[in-house]
Amino acid sequence: MARIDLHHIRHSYRARAARKEDYALKEVHHSWADGGAYALLGPSGCGKTTLLNIISGLIHPSEGRVLFDGRDVTELPTEARNIAQVFQFPVIYDTMSVFDNLAFPLRNRRVPEKEVEQRVREVLRIIDLGAPPEGRARGLTADQKQKIALGRGLVRADVSAILFDEPLTVIDPQMKWELRSQLKLLHRKFAHTMVYVTHDQTEALTFAERVVVMYEGEIVQVGTPEELFARPEHTFVGYFIGSPGMNVLPIEVEGTRARIADQEIALPGAPAVRGRAELGVRPEFVRFAPDGLPVSVRRVEDLGRHRVVRAALGPHELAAILPEGAPLPNEPRVHFEPEGVHIYAGSRRVAMEAQP
Amino acid sequence: MTRTQNNAAWFLVLPVLVLVAFNAIIPLMTVVNYAVQDSFGGNVFFFEGTRWFEAVLASDRFHQALGRQILFTFTILAIEIPLGVGIALCMPRRGIWVSVCLVLMALPLLIPWNVVGAIWNIFALPELGLLGRMLNGLGFDYNFTRGVGAAWFTMILMDVWHWTSLVVLLAYAGLISIPDAYYQAARIDGASKWAVFRYIQLPKMKRVLTIAVLLRFMDSFMIYTEVFVLTGGGPGNSTTMLSIDLVKLALGQFDLGTAAAMSIIYFLLILIFSWIFYTVMMRGESQQ
Repeated sequence: MARIDLHHIRHSYRARAARKEDYALKEVHHSWADGGAYALLGPSGCGKTTLLNIISGLIHPSEGRVLFDGRDVTELPTEARNIAQVFQFPVIYDTMSVFDNLAFPLRNRRVPEKEVEQRVREVLRIIDLGAPPEGRARGLTADQKQKIALGRGLVRADVSAILFDEPLTVIDPQMKWELRSQLKLLHRKFAHTMVYVTHDQTEALTFAERVVVMYEGEIVQVGTPEELFARPEHTFVGYFIGSPGMNVLPIEVEGTRARIADQEIALPGAPAVRGRAELGVRPEFVRFAPDGLPVSVRRVEDLGRHRVVRAALGPHELAAILPEGAPLPNEPRVHFEPEGVHIYAGSRRVAMEAQP
Repeated sequence: MTRTQNNAAWFLVLPVLVLVAFNAIIPLMTVVNYAVQDSFGGNVFFFEGTRWFEAVLASDRFHQALGRQILFTFTILAIEIPLGVGIALCMPRRGIWVSVCLVLMALPLLIPWNVVGAIWNIFALPELGLLGRMLNGLGFDYNFTRGVGAAWFTMILMDVWHWTSLVVLLAYAGLISIPDAYYQAARIDGASKWAVFRYIQLPKMKRVLTIAVLLRFMDSFMIYTEVFVLTGGGPGNSTTMLSIDLVKLALGQFDLGTAAAMSIIYFLLILIFSWIFYTVMMRGESQQ
């Protein structure tokens, strides 16, 4: 178990990277606390897997250092780093039995056979495979294979961190649930540092204590699921987390007032920006009120517990959540609740000075 | 449940049936015909039963040819399969060199058999050929038309040159189908190069290697043209493989009965060996 520090990591898959776009990872400077359960969330191609492979040593970063508990491991090969990694598609050694699969990492490290036996038996109990350990590993189901892959990580007593690279992609939905809760249980019991890569926000939010959101090769926000929801630091976070995502509307800021599509509204404070900016408001904070901005309703999606109203505010699209049972007004006007209004300049959230 | 009976559909199979009859069944039946009868010309035949078969199976000549054939086939298998796998492992998996390597590997496979024999015949001539001159220059007494060892050496080298590429291409196809995650997981598990080969690459290559072994076995067991052009079966009978012996028997001596019986035995041998190879190599595969 270890704390992992990423020190100004940049990585490019090109031999000579000149422009900013050449970098798959633009600049990542982040610490993963010892024993933390992190989710690394982001769309496909944002650099999540690259970052994970840099931690495990499968990729050597173009620039920057990787530190485990303060020790520089950047130059160390994967096998010397004591990292466990579970991949998207379950990797098992076809010709070996379940037991030998689990013993493989230990036998490669010349651990005495007596200890191997003891560790493997323990891991078999932990992962709760539901298949005989003497049987061949090849005939098992995808979720059993993924459990073996995880078990190969757990079997090493000194493992610094366990990395998951979208491990539930090929697992059936009901097994996903079971495996995820099993992972949480494992984390609570053994307190391994865990980093879980996913592009599924539900998976990220249910697994992790802290979620690291990546976008185009950069970490745009780190926070608890609540923080990501309540205070998105980047318009991408607002858009990516939440269902439906945050509304982002272009505005002109003048002091404490903003113009949206020929209408003017009052802001809850004075943002530290003038002129062109963006206003972000989650659908949960859009209320239908008698006075407000007139909108035209395009369609209504009934999700059972609530309805999502897709409307147009001038040329812009706007989603709003209508609680169950609440009627849709004939001439709808919307009002943004002040605590849900954020102002963004260049996609980044800017502070707002509260008005007395 | 009722089934539609439409026997007219059988007519659709007719062309294939006729084709197979003409190129396989009828010639084979001719052979069977000759194998159990004797004739002194004039289209008069006597039924001989299993006499020709007994004669072939008891003849020293057949035993020697079979022995040479088995020695040759297993020698080239023992060289070509490991060598092919080894070369495939060394080949690049990405980049521009992939196509260069593949084209180079495919070249020997594109040369006709008799040309291969001719190339090696000239290449190995003691006075004129590059290989022959070189070996003699190095102090070896090398003459493949005189020495049995030299003849065998040349013959095996020729087959290895001609056919290792096939094993390489098949093994390479098996190798590039292994996802990167396997290699990454192996690195994380601290596996040595040997362990990666033994537990990842070899099992993933098993199916293509089975095909490679079967193809190389059948092909080398039936080898004729290359050896015939290179040595003509000599010196003496030292490189007379089963097929060369068969042609000598049938066309040289016109012993049609013995030759026909030998053909059938030859055919059954290949069938049995192939079946044994396949069964042994595919053992445990059916569980999946």
